[in-house]
Amino acid sequence: MAEILFNNKNIQLEIKEIYTDVLILGGGTAGCYAALTIARNSGLRVLIAEKADIRRSGCLAAGVNALNAYITKGHVPEDYVDYATKDAAGIVRRDLLLTAAEEFNEVTRDLEELGLVILKDENGEYVARGNRNIKINGENIKPLLADAVKKHEQIDVLNHVNITELLVDNNRVYGAVGFSVRDQVAYVLYAPKVIVATGGAAGLYKPNNPGFSRHKMWYPPFNTGAGYAMGIEKGAEMTTFEMRFIALRCKDTIAPTGTLAQGVGAKQINSKGDIYETKYGITTSERVYGTVCENVEGRGPCYLKTTGITREQSDDLLKAYLNMAPSQTLKWIESGKLPNEQDVEIEGTEPYIVGGHTASGYWVDTDRQTTISGLYAAGDVAGGCPQKYVTGALAEGKIAALSILKSFSENEPGDNISEDELRQKVETQAKQVISDYEHILETDKAAYSVEELEEAMQKVMDEYAGGIATNYRYNEKQLAIAGDKIGQLIHLSEQLKADSMHDLLFVYELKERLVVCKSVIAHLEGRKETRWHAFNENLDYPDEDPAYYGYVNSRMENGEIKIIFRPLISGEHYDHAEASLE
Amino acid sequence: MSVRVNKEKCIGCGKCTDVCPGNLFELSEGKAHMCYPKDCWGCVSCVKECPVGAIEFFLGADVGGNGSIMTVKEEPGVLHWRIEKPDHTVTEINIDRSSSNQY
Repeated sequence: MAEILFNNKNIQLEIKEIYTDVLILGGGTAGCYAALTIARNSGLRVLIAEKADIRRSGCLAAGVNALNAYITKGHVPEDYVDYATKDAAGIVRRDLLLTAAEEFNEVTRDLEELGLVILKDENGEYVARGNRNIKINGENIKPLLADAVKKHEQIDVLNHVNITELLVDNNRVYGAVGFSVRDQVAYVLYAPKVIVATGGAAGLYKPNNPGFSRHKMWYPPFNTGAGYAMGIEKGAEMTTFEMRFIALRCKDTIAPTGTLAQGVGAKQINSKGDIYETKYGITTSERVYGTVCENVEGRGPCYLKTTGITREQSDDLLKAYLNMAPSQTLKWIESGKLPNEQDVEIEGTEPYIVGGHTASGYWVDTDRQTTISGLYAAGDVAGGCPQKYVTGALAEGKIAALSILKSFSENEPGDNISEDELRQKVETQAKQVISDYEHILETDKAAYSVEELEEAMQKVMDEYAGGIATNYRYNEKQLAIAGDKIGQLIHLSEQLKADSMHDLLFVYELKERLVVCKSVIAHLEGRKETRWHAFNENLDYPDEDPAYYGYVNSRMENGEIKIIFRPLISGEHYDHAEASLE
Repeated sequence: MSVRVNKEKCIGCGKCTDVCPGNLFELSEGKAHMCYPKDCWGCVSCVKECPVGAIEFFLGADVGGNGSIMTVKEEPGVLHWRIEKPDHTVTEINIDRSSSNQY
């Protein structure tokens, strides 16, 4: 149980104000690398605000098994763009994919210099796993990045500070507000440039294991969509939230399957032993869809066939999983049967919203600036650039950082809120946010707990917005019900209470998820076709429709999500000023 | 899927409270407590960070756990993983940190 900090219910949080040149929200892969890029190329001050500790925060806390976005020998960045475009059935931003892909190898070299172990052959070349992947030991990738960040005195890190609100006036960002998850302190952070790098959103849908192991998810349960929610609430344009990501994983442990499929060539088989992957196609969504169909049609469970691999391969797999998903190794050893002695059962996870795998996220220009002036997005929170993975997150952090440096060199950085009237407006905004924190901490009684509302939210999304319960399928009537119910839960979430700063974190995580849910439902309603099986399986429109060969974008206006359709962008550069509405 | 703190071994250094990506540990009376076992992601950052091997990782019964516990000892260059089954049989796997995954 959390310690109850507040007996006296007149809460006044201590307020700490900090001014910096570049504020980075989230110290994961993209955020750390953006900070490093700025420090290496300028004398600007950088502040990273991170809700945990940058040593082990974000997606890569446990490590990563391979670098899945690399331009291997004989290939060019355009090949990667073509692959990702095809996998997403065309709904990508080629300008974003290309600029990211052009950086993949450079950031990889840099990671190696920072200490990442990469497998090399006798000629000193990286060993490829398939066409786009290289093999590494990524167990310590986050500590390596964190150590590199700590070497730069101009970078300050605020660990254990959770940011909940952007300070925005007249569509320009001035900073952000948050609170310590440990002490009674609120933070008001001012900066002329802000990079949001808070990751995607897990925990929107009922998870595979809703009981004791409810947080045994593919995506980090601590990535709650904070960055999306903050942007949505300030009117930032978002893209492609209807392209949900469902990972195909080892059952129960939710450990990665790519290591088995690509590493030892394990095929997807059904319970009759038939290889079914060729029947449904091998795009990312088709691999999930095929598994769902085999189960629905009575040929489940499905497996990756590892029986028949050598004992040596089996032992190497035990080690490989320890470097990224140790639970799978534990499971093999506990069961008394190693990978060469039993096939690995697979299943789809609950849907996530994550721009590193699919194209969901902020609608950004080629420089990674969002539609809010001065606010940039990098990594899983940025949309339009699917399959960017780790190297893409690094690339986007670098691109956003370099864009900011360019913009600083063109206009004097200075203090852009020196104007009295503007300063007052922004300060008033910050005060309102802090008074909301205090109100939640002062509240004595609440009808429901965060946990109860979270369970309700996940149930609604599961049953009415295409979760595991319906094999990821939905129709418009169901979506309408989901929309109503999420609306009710948003209303109820305004009456929650918190007995500690940690409870306050839970309250905001739920609120963030609810905002993202609302947006997901609006996007699913917006795309009246089935573009990607499983990811958007619309039973009212079961086929692909050429009329939807474009982006489904959205913006919140007066509390409602307004859908905006945009035509595909094929050029190599995109500026928000060029935007034309269809 | 979660972790538990062996209170006899815990020295109350607080490293787990710092490193947990979910802020799930708290220190009180000189010992670390896993306050939200259901909210653990299973990333084992705390297990690696603990200097005295006081944090034990296990699979919940709902994901096929069978009562084994996993610990890891971090040394420069090597991670010593140890899995102990309920019948006390032990499997040890040492990972050379300078060698890459083969897959």
